[in-house]
Amino acid sequence: MRYEYVTGNIAVAEASMTAGLKFYAGYPITPSSDIFEYLARELPKRGGHVVQFEDEIASINAAIGASWTCAKSMTATSGPGFSLMLEALSLAVITETPLVVVYVMRTGPSTGVPTRSGQYDVLQATYGFHGGLVIPVLAPSTPQEAYDLTIRAFNVSEELRTPAILLSDAVVAHTYGKVAIRERGEVEVVDRAKPSVPPESYRPYDPLDGIAPPMACFGEGYNVLVESLTHDEKGYYAPRTDAQRRLMWRLYRKVVESAERLFDYSAAYLDDCEFALVSYGPTALSARVAAKLLREEGYRACLVKLRTLFPLYEKGVRELLRGVGKVFVVENNVGLYFRELRGVLRDKEVISVPLIDLDVPPPQEIAGVVKEWL
Amino acid sequence: MAVGHPLDPYLRTDRLPTMWCPGCGLGVVLGTLLRAIDRRIREGRLRRENVAFVGGIGCSARMTLYPLFDSAHVIHGRAIPFALGVKIVKPKMKMIVVGGDGDIAAIGGNHILHALRRNADLLVVMANNMIYGMTGGQLAPTTPRGLYTTTTPYGNPEREINMVRLAAALGANYVARGSTTHPQLLEQLFYKALAKRGLAFVEVLSTCPEIFGRHIDFRSPVDLYLELRKRIVVKAKPSVEESDYNWEKGFVIGEFVDKDEPGYIEVYLDYLSKALEKQPS
Ligand SMILES: Cc1ncc(C[n+]2csc(CCOP(=O)(O)OP(=O)(O)O)c2C)c(N)n1
Ligand code: SF4
Repeated sequence: MRYEYVTGNIAVAEASMTAGLKFYAGYPITPSSDIFEYLARELPKRGGHVVQFEDEIASINAAIGASWTCAKSMTATSGPGFSLMLEALSLAVITETPLVVVYVMRTGPSTGVPTRSGQYDVLQATYGFHGGLVIPVLAPSTPQEAYDLTIRAFNVSEELRTPAILLSDAVVAHTYGKVAIRERGEVEVVDRAKPSVPPESYRPYDPLDGIAPPMACFGEGYNVLVESLTHDEKGYYAPRTDAQRRLMWRLYRKVVESAERLFDYSAAYLDDCEFALVSYGPTALSARVAAKLLREEGYRACLVKLRTLFPLYEKGVRELLRGVGKVFVVENNVGLYFRELRGVLRDKEVISVPLIDLDVPPPQEIAGVVKEWL
Repeated sequence: MAVGHPLDPYLRTDRLPTMWCPGCGLGVVLGTLLRAIDRRIREGRLRRENVAFVGGIGCSARMTLYPLFDSAHVIHGRAIPFALGVKIVKPKMKMIVVGGDGDIAAIGGNHILHALRRNADLLVVMANNMIYGMTGGQLAPTTPRGLYTTTTPYGNPEREINMVRLAAALGANYVARGSTTHPQLLEQLFYKALAKRGLAFVEVLSTCPEIFGRHIDFRSPVDLYLELRKRIVVKAKPSVEESDYNWEKGFVIGEFVDKDEPGYIEVYLDYLSKALEKQPS
């Protein structure tokens, strides 16, 4: 392990290599490009591949293809590019392709303010692709978290055979911080399960007694079937309600039922908390200061920072906030993740604190809005 | 005991019959392709576990459902980047991309463009039935001018794309056009294409009696087949100038380009070796 003073983006790139990244495909877009550029220099030295494709659509499809050689694959982008990737993300979901997509949010809609920040795409990250399923979304607020959560995104993607999103933003991307960078062997790294049966008896979409099917890859003699159509365990097209139900619920459950294990948060001042500020990403750092300001004024405020946004461990969130009166959801958008929490905390007053800021909403402004509700 | 077909060892026979309509030309495309692969495997030029099929969406792309090889049936237009992702990590793979004219030349246009520019080591087979078959007869970029389609009910006003000319212009190592009306020649083109480095592009004129035939009033598969065959001109080594795509004047088929320039993978691996030798320039 070594400590380095790096940006969130470089932390992501370093973490991806420790996690075992072998294939990166991308198309340049601010504020994600320096992940691409850093990997273009470093990954080939470690036996990996970095290729610029003609657009984001090609990039993610190439990453999916590469993942079917059992190479760990990743791409990074921002809103405009992520929007182009959505169709293929849906392909990765139904084909159970491990893949990490680093989503570095910037100010939108459309071209917006390309170099500045926002959290407008928090719901798109998991709800954007068609098919109505959930994929893991992990949100760092510091370079160190960007590092740690990138490794976790790879691990969960391998274990569950699902695409996973590291949801960063322009602030985390370009903030410097001291980051503990680990080598392989110093951190848990998960690799997808491989079949233990010969090709004749292998069923590519049969999870057996595990959480996701063991994955045979191209060039191994297994006559692999990657199938975007609704399929049975063999991978054969199955346009039947029973097959659709089986597939949908399995794909849904393997992610949602992992929520408890994936649940990750930190909290401050929870012990005597009367009202909680819940936030994520760099906005949570500002919300933490706001909680402190409020306490200095005699209010019993606390802060909960969520790192796993999807799947949300609903029971865990409810327990965490059990003793709390009001819940304020602080985010840099029009109030989006608020809707998720309101649905989970039905017996509480859940209030949206949507503060749009090209960087991070300032603590004084957050504290001011919260006070208006007290 | 049922009598087997010689290609059975290469087929997922439990999935037969195919989903294609009776008389569809796509069976000929798949049959000739598998025969060519079989010849290459017997010669020792190809290893079976290294052959993979990738298709987008469409009747043609569903060719990936039947061969008993590694296969991917992905999304509309995106088979090429998927295949290239595989190829970059596992250069020993022989990646065969199959798709329709909509899949490859319309929605996948950007990808074929850059695959050609790269001379990417792929065999791209574009089955051209001049129409969108799977979705019921809409305009394709290959639909002959003036023709009725469901989305150009007053006659297609647009110029057709000549993919042979495009592939040649962008520097593919191998560019050929075949027709399901001439299966022996088609098999030979595939056979040749399978041994090429770089990009091998084979356009196959194919009959879609169900949809295209209905649009041009040749509903019987045999009539459509004969109609297409009438318009085919076989040439041994035609020039790209002779590749004009024109339903009225007919189509020249044969090998338009046969070069042996380094393919993308060689160039890329060479680039990679620089990373191991020295610092970035
Ligand atoms: C993104 C997207 N757009 C549209 C479709 C609908 N679609 C399916 S196949 C097809 C066209 C098929 O035409 P072609 O590629 O020529 O193949 P054919 O069926 O004629 O063999 C279309 C438009 C789709 N599946 N995905
Ligand atoms: S619609 Fe046309 S291309 Fe599709 S299977 Fe039927 S005949 Fe073949």
